[in-house]
Amino acid sequence: MTAETLPPPRTVVGPYAWLRANLFSGPISSVLTIVIGLALAWVLLQVGTWALTEARWSVVTNNLRLFLIGQYPADQAWRIWVNLLILSVLGGLSAAAFGQATRTLAVTLSVIQLMLAGLMVLSPLGIVPAAAMLANAAIVWVAFVAARRIHVPSRALVIGWLLSLPATFLLLNGIEGTPFPSISTNVWGGLLLTVLLATVGILLSFPMGVLLALGRRSELPIIRGLSTGYIELIRGVPLVTILFMADLILPLFLPGEWRLDRVARAMGGITLFSAAYVAENVRGGLQAIPTGQVEAAHALGLNGVQTNLYIVLPQALRSVIPANVGLFISLLKDTTLVTIIGLLELLGIGRAVLAQSESFGAHLEVYAFIAGVFFVLCYAMSQASYRLERAMGVGTR
Amino acid sequence: MTVPAPSDKGEPVTDQTAPTGADDAIVCRDVHKWFGQLHVLRGIDLTVKTGEVVVIFGASGSGKSTFIRTINRLEEHQRGDIIVDGIELTNDIRNVAAVRSEIGMVFQSFNLFPHLTVLQNVTLAPVRVRRWPMSRAEEVGMKLLERVGIPEQAKKYPAQLSGGQQQRVAIARALAMQPKIMLFDEPTSALDPEMISEVLDVMQSLARDAGMTMICVTHEMGFARAVADRMVFFDEGVIVEEGPPSQIFETPKHERTKRFLSQILH
Repeated sequence: MTAETLPPPRTVVGPYAWLRANLFSGPISSVLTIVIGLALAWVLLQVGTWALTEARWSVVTNNLRLFLIGQYPADQAWRIWVNLLILSVLGGLSAAAFGQATRTLAVTLSVIQLMLAGLMVLSPLGIVPAAAMLANAAIVWVAFVAARRIHVPSRALVIGWLLSLPATFLLLNGIEGTPFPSISTNVWGGLLLTVLLATVGILLSFPMGVLLALGRRSELPIIRGLSTGYIELIRGVPLVTILFMADLILPLFLPGEWRLDRVARAMGGITLFSAAYVAENVRGGLQAIPTGQVEAAHALGLNGVQTNLYIVLPQALRSVIPANVGLFISLLKDTTLVTIIGLLELLGIGRAVLAQSESFGAHLEVYAFIAGVFFVLCYAMSQASYRLERAMGVGTR
Repeated sequence: MTVPAPSDKGEPVTDQTAPTGADDAIVCRDVHKWFGQLHVLRGIDLTVKTGEVVVIFGASGSGKSTFIRTINRLEEHQRGDIIVDGIELTNDIRNVAAVRSEIGMVFQSFNLFPHLTVLQNVTLAPVRVRRWPMSRAEEVGMKLLERVGIPEQAKKYPAQLSGGQQQRVAIARALAMQPKIMLFDEPTSALDPEMISEVLDVMQSLARDAGMTMICVTHEMGFARAVADRMVFFDEGVIVEEGPPSQIFETPKHERTKRFLSQILH
């Protein structure tokens, strides 16, 4: 007797069936659906009414320049827009040359600049920066399309990205005695400062954390001891304390003429703090690599450095992408703590704006705006992470 | 401090005090190894001639895997000498590197690199260790994949292959370094029964057609009978008996050998 081949069981489809299965499958779930639905509708109605009729969003638009760039001189703000232009071109070109994750970066660059353009039109900043933002948003796509036609070597792009960070600082900081006068970092603020602190913190703490994780697993006792000591020390101290130490104590140890910039000190503190956490994440990934992988690499004749570089780290780092992105999202939000050493990042600027007499009573508007900005940035990061995971096949190979 | 990697032509550091025969591929003299208090290798003497196929068998825990892992220093021996192709294994990292570049190894659990494609698994070591250009490594790699019968899987990832296919990739990966000696550590023990023969066929052709010097830890007695020049029986960290397959199977001298063979041969 041969077994009969049967078709799979029929599944019911359609919106009605979906509603029935998921929302009204019984009397209790029907009641719950109705009660929760009504409650949600009421909340949405209240928030919507407030946002559209009562809220005085003018406190945001009138102070938009402060929110975006702090006290950076208005007549020099074009340097920031030019900087964004450079990043837009790089982002667009990279999206064509590299994979999925850079595409998310390019989309983010474009969308955020589009949002900024929209806000700027409504603000006293006027039409020129708004047009610049709009142009940048479009240039991302122009660069993307162009790079699909004309091949741009990926090595050039990597060099471009590596140079973009020092170039950003040079451009924003300027050089005395040139048409680009030096602008003290004391006046850098708002979203500009938040993004700079987070970007530098992420880019520097990641390699440092990887080295610390490898150091903690080293067979050399001094390197292992130093790495472990560093990680445990930093993890035992709150970020606020580290920021205070970086701001107040570090200058005491440095020679008098070495006046380390205040923003640089904050970046240093954030980097040193974050590196310890990256190291522990990465160590988790390293421990998950079976010893057979290292043995196979050694048996093939790869030395210790090659084994780490080509076999262990690619697998370990891939498996800790979700954990590390989570860490970097917290890092972005933790940059708000630099307010306590007198730097006015986005949240600090928000407080300063609220201290003005004309902003009286507009707390909700200001904090809602700041929360929205942070949400956009964090959501973009988590989307980039998902793309990166998928592109690298996390969980599938 | 940097230690120069031994080049293909560079002189390996030979040990003048321990002369070996001209066609001795591997010479082991009185090799001892402890894991903590446990004495796992208790004086192993074994010489393998170039082109010889030696099958090592014995109960689990008898030290056979540990022994072949000392030959490319995945385990360190604590007493005695191991000389591979005239190079003595010492703590000198150059000697270890030189020996490893002469020896290919295939593991029970394949140990393919899951983040690399099949072809990348095969080309990695030639490119990074031998400094071959990628084009040459890929050409040689594809030839090896043809030899083990799976050229069409070159662009896939190891997880997409069956166990037998993965083990054949592992053999190709080891051969890509053009070793003089191949070590097989229970290469078929982790395989489903229907996949064992495809791996044994590759090993057999390697022994017969290529004349490769091989040490295989295996319980595939059919393979041993057909391919081995010599069989070595391990028990409790010593070599109890060795000889050609015909003698081991038909007239084993030792009681322990008889008992072990009767346990696995039916």
